[in-house]
Amino acid sequence: MRSYRFRKLQNRIMISLAYVALIIALIPLASILIETINRGLSAMSFSLLFEEIPPLGQPGGGIGPAIQGTLIVVALASIMGIPIGVFSGIYLAEFRQSHIASVARFLNDVLTNVPSIVLGIFGWALIVVAIGWSVIAGAVALAIMMIPIVTRTTEEAIKLVPMTIREAAIALGVPQWKTTLTVVLSSAKKGIATGILLAVARISGETAPLLLTILGSRFWFNGFTQPTAALPLAIFNFSQSPFRAVDLPRAWGASLILIFIVLAINIIVRYATKEKYG
Amino acid sequence: MSYKIEIQNLSAWFGSKQVLQDITMKIKENIVTAIIGPSGCGKTTLIRCLNRMHELTSGAKVTGRVLLDGEDIYSENVDPVTVRRRIGMVFQKPNPFPMMSIYDNTAAGLKLNGVADRHRLDEIVEKSLRAAHLWNEVKLELGKSGASLSGGQQQRLCIARALAIEPEVILMDEPTSALDPTAAAKIEQLIRVLAEDYTVIIVTHNMQQAARVSDFTAFLYLGRLVEYGSTKDIFENPKSELTEKYITGEFG
Repeated sequence: MRSYRFRKLQNRIMISLAYVALIIALIPLASILIETINRGLSAMSFSLLFEEIPPLGQPGGGIGPAIQGTLIVVALASIMGIPIGVFSGIYLAEFRQSHIASVARFLNDVLTNVPSIVLGIFGWALIVVAIGWSVIAGAVALAIMMIPIVTRTTEEAIKLVPMTIREAAIALGVPQWKTTLTVVLSSAKKGIATGILLAVARISGETAPLLLTILGSRFWFNGFTQPTAALPLAIFNFSQSPFRAVDLPRAWGASLILIFIVLAINIIVRYATKEKYG
Repeated sequence: MSYKIEIQNLSAWFGSKQVLQDITMKIKENIVTAIIGPSGCGKTTLIRCLNRMHELTSGAKVTGRVLLDGEDIYSENVDPVTVRRRIGMVFQKPNPFPMMSIYDNTAAGLKLNGVADRHRLDEIVEKSLRAAHLWNEVKLELGKSGASLSGGQQQRLCIARALAIEPEVILMDEPTSALDPTAAAKIEQLIRVLAEDYTVIIVTHNMQQAARVSDFTAFLYLGRLVEYGSTKDIFENPKSELTEKYITGEFG
């Protein structure tokens, strides 16, 4: 038998290793946040938030249309993607043994791993070719990205609802479909909200599919069938600009706003789906 | 006395495994019938066949007839949902809806079925909680979570919830097995009172409980109905040797 001291030493070594790994993991996270907040805050101003995007290298102006564009495209994608995702998730959870469900689950997993640029091409081929670069094309591409994430997390959240809750409602003479849409869904809403958040956060920062669908613009929103600006595109353009002194701070400002938007959506959704009796 | 429920040649399966074999028994109105037997003998399956809950398990199958007031609940034109409104159920583990208040838990069956009249709901909630002997303990905190109650209170809340939809029959699946003796005693008392207005069928593996609360007792063994008769006869004068062995604790 190994001595007590040896086991104790072993324990200490393992714990220290875990600490070191944790610190290594936190360094990039913390530095990204600190750097973005630092540089972003110093670029922040009223005009940055509310003025049209100037051409590269030109002082003045802001990134107003990019903020607006991101909000519109993400909202439109959510309107399309969330219901489809949630209902698909319900289907997969409620009919988990059906043949269609297992095929759908497999395809869904494949879709989760499709590179976003491919979805961009898809949106481009499907819509841009027909009606041109547009808000709709971008929203469709992002919605397709959301669906598998929302579907999977909804399915998992519903599966976690105990059978006893379901049976309690059914034994009260509540039809099964109603049981699912009321008792089961409201028990699972926290998990579903998490999935929606993950999906919204993910698409808010997507650049590749937007490049191919909404193209980008310097001006305010001009209709759903027109190109529009978006924060990730603004960040990309400003950071690639040859006029670093003027444009780089804008890229940082746009980054901070993007992080802030995702955080705000996070807080709002968490609050809205807060359980009455946590 | 009339028969509330007549079970005729009822057999049930999970997949290819038969768990109930050709059960036939008649259950009288407004009395307590206990179903006893060792674990796995099919007690729970039997009562789940009476409100068509058995068929919710995938691969489950039922044959035979169950007459409620003379009408077969398995006949094709009967909607299982309406059966479940007439035959309420209380489960082994108290299962109040965790996201609902005490009030909403009690009113859940009505609310989910579209009753919105606040006045009527108030009335039924109070009546049901009183009938479940819970009103005095919770009347000042109806807005609190149902899950915040003690185990015994939760189970009485579940009974109130079942009573609120005004069923005729109440099925209880080992309703006290997850409770401490004091809470269990309260439920047992309640069962006796309920039998004045409802037909109660209780599954239990606690023979003393069956002797205390029931008027009739059925002994099930390996999916077969071994003996069924008045509780007094079953416990004092069993006809079958198997029953005698079980109630004297030789096996089970």
